[in-house]
Amino acid sequence: MNSQIIASTASKVVARALTEQERHEIDHELSLYPDKRAVGLEALKIVQKHQGWVSDESLHAVADYLGMSAHELDGVATFFNLIFRQPVGRRVMLFCDSVSCYIMGCENIKAHISKRLGIDYGETTADGEFTLIPVPCLGDCDKAPVMLLDGEQQRRLTPEKIDALLDKAGVPSSLGNE
Amino acid sequence: MAKISIDGIQYEVNAANNLLQECLSQGLDLPYFCWHPCMGSVGACRQCAVKQYRDADDTKGTLVMACMTPITDGGIYSIQDSQAVDFRSHVIESLMISHPHDCPVCEEGGECHLQDMTQMSGHNYRRYDFQKVTHRNQNLGPFLNHEMNRCIACYRCVRFYGDYAGGSDLVALASHHHVYFGRHEEGTLENEFSGNLVEVCPTGVFTDKTFSAHYSRKWDLQTAPSICSGCGVGCNTSPGERYGSLRRIVNRYHHDINGYFLCDRGRFGYDANNSPQRVTEPVFAQARINGNSEASAHKSMTALEAARQFEAMTGGEVIGIGSPRASLESNIALLQRVGAENFYPGLSDGELACVREVLLLLREPGLHCPDIRGLEQCDCVLLVDEDLSNTSARMALALRQATRNAATAMATAARIPPWQDAAVRELAQHERSPLIILSPQGTRLDDVASDTFLGTVAQQIRLLNAISRCLDPHFDAPVESPELVARAETIAGALVQATRPCLVSGISAQSPALIQATANVARALRIRRKGETESPVDLCFAMPEANTLGLALLAEGSANTLSAALSRLAQGKADAAIVLENDLFRRAPAAQVNAALAGQLPLVVLDHLHNAFNAHARLLLPAASPAESNGSWVNYEARAQSAYRVFAPKEPLRASYEWLTPADPVQLPLIGSEEILAQFASAHPGFAALRKLLTQREGLSAVMKSPRQLPRYSGRTAMQADKHVHEYRQTLDPQSPLSFSMEGVPLQKDSSLLSVAWAPGWNSNQAISKFQQEINGELQQGCKGVHLLTRDGVDASYTQTAQLSEKTLSPYFISHLFGGEEISAEAAAIQARASGPYACIDDKRARELGVNQHGRIAVHAGELSVTLPVLIRQRIAPGGIGIYCAGELDRFTLAQELRVEAVAEEPDMLLRSREMFRHLLINDSWQGRNGA
Ligand code: SF4
Ligand code: SF4
Ligand code: FES
Ligand code: FES
Repeated sequence: MNSQIIASTASKVVARALTEQERHEIDHELSLYPDKRAVGLEALKIVQKHQGWVSDESLHAVADYLGMSAHELDGVATFFNLIFRQPVGRRVMLFCDSVSCYIMGCENIKAHISKRLGIDYGETTADGEFTLIPVPCLGDCDKAPVMLLDGEQQRRLTPEKIDALLDKAGVPSSLGNE
Repeated sequence: MAKISIDGIQYEVNAANNLLQECLSQGLDLPYFCWHPCMGSVGACRQCAVKQYRDADDTKGTLVMACMTPITDGGIYSIQDSQAVDFRSHVIESLMISHPHDCPVCEEGGECHLQDMTQMSGHNYRRYDFQKVTHRNQNLGPFLNHEMNRCIACYRCVRFYGDYAGGSDLVALASHHHVYFGRHEEGTLENEFSGNLVEVCPTGVFTDKTFSAHYSRKWDLQTAPSICSGCGVGCNTSPGERYGSLRRIVNRYHHDINGYFLCDRGRFGYDANNSPQRVTEPVFAQARINGNSEASAHKSMTALEAARQFEAMTGGEVIGIGSPRASLESNIALLQRVGAENFYPGLSDGELACVREVLLLLREPGLHCPDIRGLEQCDCVLLVDEDLSNTSARMALALRQATRNAATAMATAARIPPWQDAAVRELAQHERSPLIILSPQGTRLDDVASDTFLGTVAQQIRLLNAISRCLDPHFDAPVESPELVARAETIAGALVQATRPCLVSGISAQSPALIQATANVARALRIRRKGETESPVDLCFAMPEANTLGLALLAEGSANTLSAALSRLAQGKADAAIVLENDLFRRAPAAQVNAALAGQLPLVVLDHLHNAFNAHARLLLPAASPAESNGSWVNYEARAQSAYRVFAPKEPLRASYEWLTPADPVQLPLIGSEEILAQFASAHPGFAALRKLLTQREGLSAVMKSPRQLPRYSGRTAMQADKHVHEYRQTLDPQSPLSFSMEGVPLQKDSSLLSVAWAPGWNSNQAISKFQQEINGELQQGCKGVHLLTRDGVDASYTQTAQLSEKTLSPYFISHLFGGEEISAEAAAIQARASGPYACIDDKRARELGVNQHGRIAVHAGELSVTLPVLIRQRIAPGGIGIYCAGELDRFTLAQELRVEAVAEEPDMLLRSREMFRHLLINDSWQGRNGA
C-alpha cells in the first residue's frame, strides 16, 4: 500500500528508489542552496554519474525527492544536451563539429569513427560500448580537430589516432560496415 | 501621466506602464506575442520593436522592445520608422520558419493572433526552403488538442499555466529550435484553467478539443453576451452556436470579474446543451393519473397542448419551488404565479440558512464584498473551509494572484515596475503574501498558502473564535488550548499587519455557524483596525450556483423552507405543485422527497435535462437552457447581470418564464424577460436597481437591433437548403436588443452587448484591447451589471455561534470542479474528467479499518448504506472522513452520524475504483512549483 503519493493523473512511470550514495550526494547539494528546486540540475548530474543516463524512473525519483513535478524536472533535463534521457554507451565521444574543427577536417575524422564503429551521431554501438555525440566548440581550437572521451580531451585527431584509441579499447577493425 | 510622441503625434500616457501597453491603449497597432495584458512582459519574442530617440536632435534612434521599455516623460518613439518596420518583418519571418502552411485546416484560423500579426508585420512570402523542424503531438486529455508544429516559442503557455495558474505539468522541454511545449509524458493536463491556453496561445498549438468535434469558424458562429452558469462567480462568456447546437464557449472580458480567464468547468461544460439528456418535448405521464403501466404512459404534446395541460393542472392553491440554477426572470415568474406565501426557494434548508446569513452580511456597512479583481489586490487572505478550486474556481485563481502582492511590493521598493514579469519573479523568489487556509482536507491552493489548518467545521469554528478573541479581547470565546491560541495569534497578526486583509468562505459546508464565526473575525478585525483605518473589511462568500443569491433575495422576508414545502406536499395541503429547474433529490433527504412525491399532488416540473426528480413529474415541460433564453443572474456579490440567448430553442421548448406566465395560449411565445424584470422592479423597491439593466436595453433597442451574427457569417441562404429551397425566415427576437441576423448596428462598443471581440486587423479574442478604455481597463460604455444590495444594514455585534459537537463521526463533503455541478456534469468532456462517489480517509483510519488505497468501505447512516471506494489521503482533518456524493448520494442523510466498516475486496472492483480516481486533481505529496 502506498498512501504516500496519490498522483493526480496516473503516470505510467514508477519512481525507482534512489541509492544511498545518490541520496547522500544530493543531500550535500541541498545543503548549499536555500531552495530545493535549485538542486535539480546537480541532482540529475549525480544520477547520471551513477547510472550513465537519466531514465524516466530516475527522473521521477529525483523529482519526488526535490518536491517538484517530473514535468518541471524534465524541462531542466532536456534543456541540457549533456543530460542523457536515453541510454548511452559506457563511453561517450563528444565530438566537436564546430568551425575550427570543421576547417581542420573533422568531417573526415567523424567518417572514420563512423566507419570503424558502425554508428552515426546520436547512435550507440551494438555492444553498448560507445556513443557518438556532436558538440559545439570544446575550447581547444588551436589543437583542432578535437573530441572529449571519458572526460579527456583528445587533440589534433587523425584517423591513425582514432585507430590507436579504438584498438586500445579492443574494437575489432572489422566492426565497420565494410 | 506623461507626454510622449509616437511618430510625431503627441499622446498623454500612463508612465507606470510599458510602451507597448500604452501604444495599444492609444489604439495604435503594434504587433506582439509574448506580452500579455495580464501577465506582463518578458521580452522573449522581439516582435514589438520600435525606435526610441534620445531627443529631438537624434535622427537615428535605437531599436528597443516596446514591451520592455518604461515610459519616460517627453519620450520620442516611432512605430513607423523603416528600420523598426524592417526589423519586425524579419522577426516574424524567423518565428515562422518552421510554421506549417496549414491555416485552412487549423482551428485557430480566422481568429489567430499569429495570422493577424503576420499580416500586420507584412511578412507574406517564405524564403526559407530548408527542412522544417517537426514535432510529435501529445494527447492532452479531453479538453485540448495539441499541434506543436504551429508553435512560435513565445512562452506564453507556460507562463500562464505555470506562473499564473500554478500548474506543474506543462513545461518548456529541450531548447533552441527543438523547444517543445508539452508534458514530460503524454496525459491529461491537470490544471483547472487549462482551457485558457486556447486563448493565451497566439497560434493553433492549443485548440479546444470539444469544439473540434463540431467545428465552425468564428465568423460562422452566432454569439451573444452570456453569463456562465457554472457557479456563483458570474464570469462573462461568449457561447457560439451553429445549426442549432452550441459549439463552444470563449471568455468575454469583464473588468471586475473574470478578466481574461475562465475555469474549465465554465469553458467546457456548455456541451450539456447538446446532451442526449435534454428534455426535448413535454412529457405527460398519464400513468400517474390512471395507473397505467409506465411504458405506455408518455404522450407527446405540442407546446400549445402542454400549455393548456399546465393551466388545467395548476388551478387553485399551487406550491412553487424555485431554483438557484434558473434565471431571476424564471424565478420571478414562478413567484408571481403562485404568490409569495406559496413560493419556496429550492435551496436545501442548510443552504438557505447560510444564504440568509450572507444576505445580512452583504448589507453590513463595516464590511465590503470584493469582486474578483478586488480579491487579487488583497495582501492577506483567510480562506475558510470552501474548496474554491473546486467550487468557484475563478476565485481560487484570483487568490493565487493575491499571494503575489508581496512580490509586487518588493519590486516597487526595488524600483522594478510590476509589469517586468520575469524580474519581479526572480527578485521575489518564494516571497508571498499570506494566504491562510482552514479546510477539512488539502486543497489545490496549498502550494501558495502560508499556513494551512486541517480541521472539521467544528474545529475551524474553534480556531476562528480564537482568532476573533486575539483581535478583540471583548470577544467572548471559550478558553482554548495554548497551541490553538498560538495558531490564532499568528493568523490574527497576519490579518492586522495587512493593508487590505480579506476573509473568504462559502456555503458548501451548509453551516450557518461557520459563516457567523467567519463574519465575527471580520468584525473583530474592523474593531481592531479602528483608529488606523475606517475602510471596511473585505469579506465574501462563494455561492455554489449562478443564481443562489438572486433566489434567496426573492424569498427574503418569507419563512418558507424547502422542508416546509415538502411536508405540505406530503400532506396534500395544496392543489398542485410546480418545481422550477431543480432536482430536489440534491436538496433534501431522499426520504423527505419520496414522502412528498407519495402525497400524489399533481406535479409539474420545468427543466432542460432529465434527472432523478423530474422523472416523477406528472407533466414535465421542456425548458430552454440558459444559452437558449434571456435571463439575469445574481452572483456572489449580489451583482445582477444580463445574459442574452445565443439562439432560439427548438420547438416546443420555451424559456421557463414563458411557460410560467399565463397568457393567451394561442400566442406562444408569451412574455419577454424584460417585461418580467420591468414589472417586478417597479413593484418591488428592493429590486429597483434592476431597472438599470433595463434602461440601457431600452435605449439601445430604440435605435436598431444589434446583430448576433458577424458580417462574414456564411451560408445563411443555403444552410437549410436540404429542407427547403427558399431562404428561411429569420427568427425574430422582440425580447432583446439583439437580432438573429447579420444586419443591424454592431453596437460592439457597448460592453453589455459585446458578444465577441472583433476589430479590423484583430481577429482573435485579443481584439478586446480595442474595446477597453485602456489596456486592462473598463470596457467602453455599457453596463457591468448592477448591485442589488446596498450597505444599508447595521453593523451587527458579534453573532453567537453554536458550539458544534466534535464527538460523533460526521463527514465533510468533497466538491469537484468536474462533475460536481449538475448541468456541466452532463457534458461529455467534463464526464471524462469526473469521478463517481468515494470516501476519503487518512492513514490512521485506513489501518484501523484494514482497508487499502482504492479498496472499499461500507458507510451507514440512518436508513442509508452505501459501499464506496476509498481514497487514502495524508492531508485530511484528524479523524475526519470525506465523502464525495457525485450528485448520486444523499448528502443529507449521510450528514447524520456515520458508521463505517471495511468491505472485502474483489480484485476486479479494485481495478475499477483505481480507474475512477484517474483524473482526480489531488496530490498530497507535491509541494507545488514554488514549494521551498
Ligand atoms: S505553444 Fe503557443 S503559447 Fe506556447 S510557446 Fe508555442 S506559440 Fe507560444
Ligand atoms: S468560475 Fe464559475 S462562473 Fe467562472 S467560469 Fe468557472 S464555473 Fe463559470
Ligand atoms: S571548434 Fe572544435 S574545439 Fe573549437
Ligand atoms: S511582445 Fe515585446 S518582446 Fe515579445
